[in-house]
Amino acid sequence: MDSNKIKELKQKAKLIREGILDCIGVDKKGHLGGSMSSADLVAALYFYKMRINPNNPLDPDRDRFIFSKGHSVLAQYAALAEMGFFPKSELKHTKELGSILQGHPEIRTPGVEANTGSLGQGLSIGVGMALAAKLDRKDCRVYVIVGDGELCEGQIWEAITCANFYKLDNLVAIIDKNRFQASGSIKERYDIGNVKARFDVYGWKTWEIDGHNMSEIVDALDQAELEKESPCAIIANTIKGKGVSFAENNFSFHNNSLTKEQYEQARKDIACIVV
Amino acid sequence: MDNNLREAYGKELLEIARKDERVVALDADLCGSTMTKYLQEEIPERFFEMGIAEANMVSVAAGLALSGKIPFVNSFSVFAAAQPYNQIRQGIALPNLNVRIVGSSCGLSDAGDGATHQSIEDIAIMRAIPNMTIVEPVDAEETRKVVRVSLQYQGPIYIRINRSSLPVLTNSDTPFSIGKMNLITEGSDFTIFASGSMVSQSLKAREILEKEGLTIRIINANTIKPLDKNQVIEYSKNVKGVIAVEEHSIIGGLGSAVSELLCDKKISITKVGIEDQFGQSATSHEELLEYYNLTPQAIVNKIKASIN
Repeated sequence: MDSNKIKELKQKAKLIREGILDCIGVDKKGHLGGSMSSADLVAALYFYKMRINPNNPLDPDRDRFIFSKGHSVLAQYAALAEMGFFPKSELKHTKELGSILQGHPEIRTPGVEANTGSLGQGLSIGVGMALAAKLDRKDCRVYVIVGDGELCEGQIWEAITCANFYKLDNLVAIIDKNRFQASGSIKERYDIGNVKARFDVYGWKTWEIDGHNMSEIVDALDQAELEKESPCAIIANTIKGKGVSFAENNFSFHNNSLTKEQYEQARKDIACIVV
Repeated sequence: MDNNLREAYGKELLEIARKDERVVALDADLCGSTMTKYLQEEIPERFFEMGIAEANMVSVAAGLALSGKIPFVNSFSVFAAAQPYNQIRQGIALPNLNVRIVGSSCGLSDAGDGATHQSIEDIAIMRAIPNMTIVEPVDAEETRKVVRVSLQYQGPIYIRINRSSLPVLTNSDTPFSIGKMNLITEGSDFTIFASGSMVSQSLKAREILEKEGLTIRIINANTIKPLDKNQVIEYSKNVKGVIAVEEHSIIGGLGSAVSELLCDKKISITKVGIEDQFGQSATSHEELLEYYNLTPQAIVNKIKASIN
């Protein structure tokens, strides 16, 4: 991957982080932490890996993206707006009554592929899409971002088992491992142990990467595409709130509002990100 | 076994799958009972064994539907409707997807297995979900029609299928469309809205009452949601009382649905169903119907009591 492309993707990630702030605004609650931790992953998917076209959003051959940790959808909204699925001016109306941008993903939003946010369900939906693609002999691929807190949901392990049973090599789960659940540090609150080892045991091909290192993200996505017969899991070590100084590793910004001062600080922090 | 609803379902599912490539079936280790085995045997690539993991099965069906398939999700009613309630609500009903949830062995019809396998509140649960349609075929013939018609229907459907063979009350000419109940017999003293197995029980109750000079209108409430309000009101006019009969709890089922529509019409409604209690094991379905007062005589008794 040439450095210009990496730089371009980092720039897109920066735009996504700015878009997340557009969605959150001042004095309105929003899921800042998880959206920021996913931003680089989302940038790599939308602006590098996935074959999607905002002018033909329902193309049956398109790749699919599902935000199983649906509360982080702000990162997806920002990416979709940047791609032209809807005007960027919609971002500031996120969560308003009647908005196309709901608090959690819904298919009413152009570019959103499934209704998720009740944690644990998105990976199964991705399994269904991957099965459909196999049935139709299409080479489209399905990407699902799952939260590390979400891995406590039993249904996730049903989906992991199912994907392995059906040898869904067109399915990639990306674990946004930001090490925090809503109520605090996963290590202290409810730790399920070694995530990569667990996926390994269930028969998935796994990679563990720095989820904020664009080269590593891109490489892992490329390698996953070469895998045959096994579903792929990319465990991305991330920082909750990444890019916003006061929110990094601070679970109180899982879903919180920003004061005007905090909002301006966050804007400055993101503006300072070097790409 | 042309009077068995499960057989009729399984064979008709295969029939529509032969004609329509969008049709896929998912089953949670009960294909020999839900009768999706027929589809599996002939078109194995469109049958998905999902293991005993109903939550995943339902969400996978959502993914298949979002990719243009028409998935039929199969298990016993209690595991198809109640176990994955939230997956149905969030992933299927909210986006209004074309998934068909097929609850087999509904009501008390899985007699031997007892309360854990008897689904007496599935209608209540499914009825409370916006966008959900609920259909309970009255016999094998109507089961085939439900399966066929479901292909053209937009949105999720919960199809409730009895395990027992039931009397054949309809034929290929009997009209069926989702959202329209069917008048089975005319009468002017009482109107009975009955669903599934309780339609034939109501017909027997009618015979008893006719000997006593009462005439009974019987409606096959094959669609439980949405109920056609005008139809319910029309059928309920000019009678001494309205009775709803169902193999389901008296809480939240057909009787509740009818009474919700009639509550401002000053029409008296009597509910016949399973009182607020669980089922239990028995040697036969009939024995349970007797125990839980879902017999023709029990219906007669309730109607008579309502007169007084």
